[in-house]
Amino acid sequence: MDLDALTGCLASSACLVTQGTSGFIIGMLLFLVAVGLTLIFGVLKVVNFSHGAFYMFGAYFAMTAYQLTGSFALAMLCGAAGTAILGLVFERVFMSRVYGSDVLMQLLVCYAFVLIFDDVVRWIWGPEFKSMGMPTAFQVPPLFIGGGVVPPYYLLLIGVALAVAAILGLGLARTRIGKVVRAAAHNPGMVSALGINTGLIYGSVFALGGMLAGLAGALAAPVRSLTPGMGFSVLIESFIVTVIGGMGSILGALLGALLIGLIRSFGSLGFPLFTDGLMYLFMVIVLVARPTGLFGKEVA
Amino acid sequence: MTKKSKPGVSRRSTLALMGAGAVTFATPWVARAQAKTIKVGMPTILSGRVAQLGTSSRNGVTIEVDKINAAGGLAGRQIEMVIRDSKGQPQEAARVARELVNTDGCELLIDAEASSGAFAVHEVARDLGVFCIHTNSETSSLTADPKQHIPNAFRTARQGVHDSIVGGGYAAAIAKAKGLKKWATCSPDYAYGRDTTAEFVYYLKQFAPDVEIISDAWPKLFQPDYTEVVTKILQAKPQALYSALWGGDLTSYIDQANIYALFSQMEVFAVNMADYTALTVVKNLPKGIHSGNRYIKTYPATAENAAWADAYKAKFNEYPTNWSWENATAMMLLAEASRKANSADGKKIADAMRGLTIKSPFGADGTVTMRAEDQTLIGYAIGWGTTIPSEPYVPEVKSGDWKQILALEAEWKKSKGYT
Repeated sequence: MDLDALTGCLASSACLVTQGTSGFIIGMLLFLVAVGLTLIFGVLKVVNFSHGAFYMFGAYFAMTAYQLTGSFALAMLCGAAGTAILGLVFERVFMSRVYGSDVLMQLLVCYAFVLIFDDVVRWIWGPEFKSMGMPTAFQVPPLFIGGGVVPPYYLLLIGVALAVAAILGLGLARTRIGKVVRAAAHNPGMVSALGINTGLIYGSVFALGGMLAGLAGALAAPVRSLTPGMGFSVLIESFIVTVIGGMGSILGALLGALLIGLIRSFGSLGFPLFTDGLMYLFMVIVLVARPTGLFGKEVA
Repeated sequence: MTKKSKPGVSRRSTLALMGAGAVTFATPWVARAQAKTIKVGMPTILSGRVAQLGTSSRNGVTIEVDKINAAGGLAGRQIEMVIRDSKGQPQEAARVARELVNTDGCELLIDAEASSGAFAVHEVARDLGVFCIHTNSETSSLTADPKQHIPNAFRTARQGVHDSIVGGGYAAAIAKAKGLKKWATCSPDYAYGRDTTAEFVYYLKQFAPDVEIISDAWPKLFQPDYTEVVTKILQAKPQALYSALWGGDLTSYIDQANIYALFSQMEVFAVNMADYTALTVVKNLPKGIHSGNRYIKTYPATAENAAWADAYKAKFNEYPTNWSWENATAMMLLAEASRKANSADGKKIADAMRGLTIKSPFGADGTVTMRAEDQTLIGYAIGWGTTIPSEPYVPEVKSGDWKQILALEAEWKKSKGYT
């Protein structure tokens, strides 16, 4: 424990800015993965344990597109679009068959695909780790804001994640499609009776969730090494985020991800040997105080 | 009335069956005793995040086994490698090792596990008494601690304490020349990372007593994001940073530290940088990272070493790794010891291997030696240098002095109560 380092940091604006943005960066990538997870659970009532695989595919798709075209924008697009298609196919062909089954069955199917997807990546791209490399446009010195260090690439990353949060939040609350999706989450039988194709909604939501995880993977590809199985560690932290925020809540995922990010960045100063523990401890406290998570609703 | 034979089995056929059964059960035993081939078992990591550890170990072994078999095998017996995936889990490594010996009939073991698995396989070797060479574990205590010592287990991997002595001396010289007094460390939080870092810091301070460690960070092994670790070190404003991160973790760390311009703010000493697995993967390798030699074809700068690397590349379409040379060395020593003992028997090979010196492309002076007292490899090429982003990656390597390494290692062993 090193409380001096923590209090010293809280007293200096440079440290606050650097560690604060560092928390945001960690949190925002987590948010993109977790929000897909929470969305799929909210509408489809399925805990998608294979969600980490979409993050992995997003990163690999982006790397390949970047190597082929040299365009960063195209790489991000490929990462997101590729995983959206993959999500749609996965949901229609496999997941849609186990909606009525018990949780164990769904879990088994998902876990089987975690292994299969990892092997697919190993076949296509090989077992060794890869690196996409930072695009030239972002190979610039970091910015100094209030004495703190902020890399420009991370500003882009935070911007994209916040934009996604806003579009999702407003889209679900204000648009007709959003209303249909919420209705389908609430009472799929009634929505279907009204002549709306619930299969299409389910497929689209799953594709959207996959796309968001893929986007997170694509955004992470320039700074993280790519390996088969890379989705797993991200998945666990995303689960913590969704549990803290409340399963099914977008705002909860955003807040949960930010809190986890800040706990990591400031925790590494004050409690360097207990940063992970701190994360779980926080989850336990939230669960004791509010068993449904910060923004979760009571299940009837 | 016709006489029908009784249904069931007659006495004659019973006897025949029993005879056949006896032959069936006895045959493998007879076959094994007379086998022309000798099975060598090899548990290693072939899947998961560090699968490269296993595949490049397998390649290193394969290239030498082909040579040994072409030259007549081990005392006239062709080697058949039985290589199994342990998935990097110690309990699985132990199970696989046991199965290789008990079920598959392997008479020798090459343990190509990382440190965690190596200690587990070591216990299997102790229990079964089977001949075993640890090829990848660099944790010094595996051979330095007399409690670990068994006559049938050897190590052909480099050792943490050797790297630390050479690295500490090299870093101290630079620290003195450039006035680097404030240091930080950032290493993976498990036995290898902790031990290696502690040993490096110990020798750094021995050679440059006014150095102080002002910050240390211990990210988890295989952590995907190092942002908080990078910024923590930036806050501490050290003049130099030491890291024992390796593989994909090291490349992630470099990519993430790069956009914070960390490498322009401090001298970085990363012991595991100079390995092709990391060098060829990082797209924007900063110039001037100090690193220990893991494996590069230009060091030792001999024709033998370059030829070995080229033959490897021609066969597997990639450059060898640190694990490749360590595993190849195991097979080279095995072949020479078997020749000397004129036997493929594990116990006789072990006796011949103790104290054995062989010619080697990886030797500091063209030879490597299996030290008799603790059955670990010495005399291999070891040095530090600075990296550049393209081949030859480490243009100049400053070699460690084995006389000094051995003297300081002996002191270190004494301080640990090992001797």
